[in-house]
Amino acid sequence: MSDKLYRVLLIVAAIIVPLVCGGILYALATDAYEAFNHFGFFEFLTSTDWNYTEGEEHYGALPFITGTLMTSLLALIFCIPFSLPVALFVGEYFKDTKVAAILSTVTDLLAGIPSIIFGLWGFYTLRPLVMALNISPQGSGVLTASLVLAIMIVPYAASLSAEFIKMVPNDLKEGAYSLGATRAEVIRRVVFPVAGSGIFSSYVLAIGRALGETMTVTMLIGNTNNIPQSITATGNSMASIIANQFGEAGDLRLSSLIAIGLILFLITAIINMIGKLMIKRARII
Amino acid sequence: METIKPILEFNKTCVSYTKQTMAVKYVSASIQRNTITAIMGPSGCGKSTLLRAVNLMHNLYPNIHVEGEILLNGDNILSMEPIDVRRKVGMVFQRPTPFPTMSIYDNVLAGYTLNGIHLAKSDKDSIVEHCLKSVTLWDEVKDVLNKKGTFLSGGQQQRLCIARALALKPEILLMDEPTSALDPIATKYIEELLLTLQKEVTIVIVTHNMGQAKRISSHSMFMYLGELVEYGNTDTMFSCPSDDRTKAYLTGKMG
Amino acid sequence: MKNNTRKRLVENKLILWVVCIFSALTAVPLLLILGEVLMRGYDQLSWSFFTEPTPNAYKVMKAAAAGESIPGGIANGIIGTLIMLSMATILAIPIGILCGTYLAENSKNRFARIVSFMTDLLQGTPSVIIGIITYIWVVVPMKGYSAIAGSIALFILMLPLIIRSTEETLTILPVSLKEAGLALGGNRAQVMFRIQLPAAFGGIFTGILLAISRVVGETAPLMFTALGCSMIRWSINEPISAVPLLIWEFFNDPNLQDLVWGASLVLLIFVLTLNILSKYIAKKWKQ
Repeated sequence: MSDKLYRVLLIVAAIIVPLVCGGILYALATDAYEAFNHFGFFEFLTSTDWNYTEGEEHYGALPFITGTLMTSLLALIFCIPFSLPVALFVGEYFKDTKVAAILSTVTDLLAGIPSIIFGLWGFYTLRPLVMALNISPQGSGVLTASLVLAIMIVPYAASLSAEFIKMVPNDLKEGAYSLGATRAEVIRRVVFPVAGSGIFSSYVLAIGRALGETMTVTMLIGNTNNIPQSITATGNSMASIIANQFGEAGDLRLSSLIAIGLILFLITAIINMIGKLMIKRARII
Repeated sequence: METIKPILEFNKTCVSYTKQTMAVKYVSASIQRNTITAIMGPSGCGKSTLLRAVNLMHNLYPNIHVEGEILLNGDNILSMEPIDVRRKVGMVFQRPTPFPTMSIYDNVLAGYTLNGIHLAKSDKDSIVEHCLKSVTLWDEVKDVLNKKGTFLSGGQQQRLCIARALALKPEILLMDEPTSALDPIATKYIEELLLTLQKEVTIVIVTHNMGQAKRISSHSMFMYLGELVEYGNTDTMFSCPSDDRTKAYLTGKMG
Repeated sequence: MKNNTRKRLVENKLILWVVCIFSALTAVPLLLILGEVLMRGYDQLSWSFFTEPTPNAYKVMKAAAAGESIPGGIANGIIGTLIMLSMATILAIPIGILCGTYLAENSKNRFARIVSFMTDLLQGTPSVIIGIITYIWVVVPMKGYSAIAGSIALFILMLPLIIRSTEETLTILPVSLKEAGLALGGNRAQVMFRIQLPAAFGGIFTGILLAISRVVGETAPLMFTALGCSMIRWSINEPISAVPLLIWEFFNDPNLQDLVWGASLVLLIFVLTLNILSKYIAKKWKQ
């Protein structure tokens, strides 16, 4: 094969990625246009109506944007007390040992479980527990969905943070030990500040994953089309309303769902971009 | 020598990384207060390993074992709590290690912060000023105390690290080739500094630079393959070494 | 100064214990999920579970009335998953490897940076959006759901994963390998295809296995593309089923709920086996 053909082949393959990305944005935008045009862009974003009775059709995205943000943020809060210890376990306390390798394998396997199985487990195990504890009568809702989401994002947050914790130079840690610090103090005063931006960016990326999780949330959030009034209330996320209604929707409703898809795409893209940029900067330091 | 009580004594000190290999073999020596002692030897002779043992750095690594005794003012530090020992024994490393997330001011006080000791603002100010003055850094940094320590030059960073170690008023200052990463001018600065610091603190310095040992130390140790081959007055050792291996090293025929 | 030593040492121990306990707790969900799926799914596994398609409502009700266990299985889903997975993989491997090669060879070039950025973007895109897109691009023009549409959705999901693993593996190969090849008179294409890519095989293969294990459980994108089908189908231009689609179907259908755990167990075993296998290969390859 000549060098020229080789180069052309590589460029053709490489061009597919920007084409797909551009195509996603273009296709979502054109198909969402009808909804934005019909309701007005800001009206669509801020309306809480989701009514598909014929003749009274009105769609707004606010309940689902709220649902997505609530589940993702709650998931993040629940995930931190587990992912941070795992990151310290793997990246600092038991760095490069067999137990750390075992824990990494466990979290890797956890990350590998399909989201529909997480949803199923949440529905049959966690939901009855939530009901039994009298937290909410129907068991499903924002809280239940967030708890399972949290389990799902722990592996990502933990393995990325561990990478940054591992990168803290040994010189610095020894410097702190030589001044009489205990390990806990070294972690708090040296490891966390130095690895801080990296750890923070791993949580940004973990949120990025939680935002788009579909099946788990669909199976656990309760699927009601209103703004959740509390964390135990039911609701819908952007991804779950799409999963629930895309198949049966037509015309204006379909366009509205695609509009929600566009918003979701943009939000995740922005969050992921911020996370990746922060990670790149954190790696240089 | 025998009349004054030594500040630091090694008594058959051994350090081993694995069961078979000993990096430091049965070293016995005593070091007097307010002296500068240089430890020399070819690379891999165990000089850094011996030095790090005094600060119990080996406790951080579970597979390294230290045996024998190391006495600080007569107490065996190997059976003491590491965090207490390290506060009394300061250490300066080969590469300067100012904490990158702390300002110059906070770097000097890092020993206190790390040890969970709260100081009044006025105490902090006077400690910072005193320590930076004693490492002759005060005039250079007094206007930028809130900047990060990592903005300083290598020599300045190393002096900052010495100030940080001195802030806790240690009895001994251990230095592990503190000038090997620095240029000759910065090295000269630090050497002069050590000669003045001698009044406040006992210094043990590992160096592979014979000139440096000769310039600053009053006593010298020569180590080879983990053994302490010769220990004595620096001038005597350089003018008429008693062991052939020392002689070979000092005349540049080894390492 | 002395009196705080004890307090600090206690605090130090305490934090170590907290770290250990919470780390151990993280393993609990994995064990619970594995345990529950295994216990509840094990009874449903039988030979016919793998050879028969989803039962229809009439058969189910008849069996229920007679007090028998539900007949049928998930053969339609297994076949659908295998068909779509192989089509997606066949498409994603060459394009992913070539694109990853481009990124590894031109890391400083501006266009490559854009491609690299877009790869991250694509990798972070929620799979439900990939479903919508494939619906717009494939289902609408073809006027119907199909295995082709499902495969394309899976292909888009796999692509960034294979690109990244190829790029990463090629960049960690020693430069001397490429230089030695060029010195022997090979052109860049020959050196890449004969020397560098074969040397990177282990890493890329691991990446492919991981990519398959990631997408095999994807449900949302298949709902709008492959749709599902209760018969065993081999044609690629008609709606087709997949194991995750069946799980979703069983989950929603009160009559079929007994099958949900068996199907989940099959999916879980497949995914975890691929995961462990890829880890094992990665470890072997690194030696």
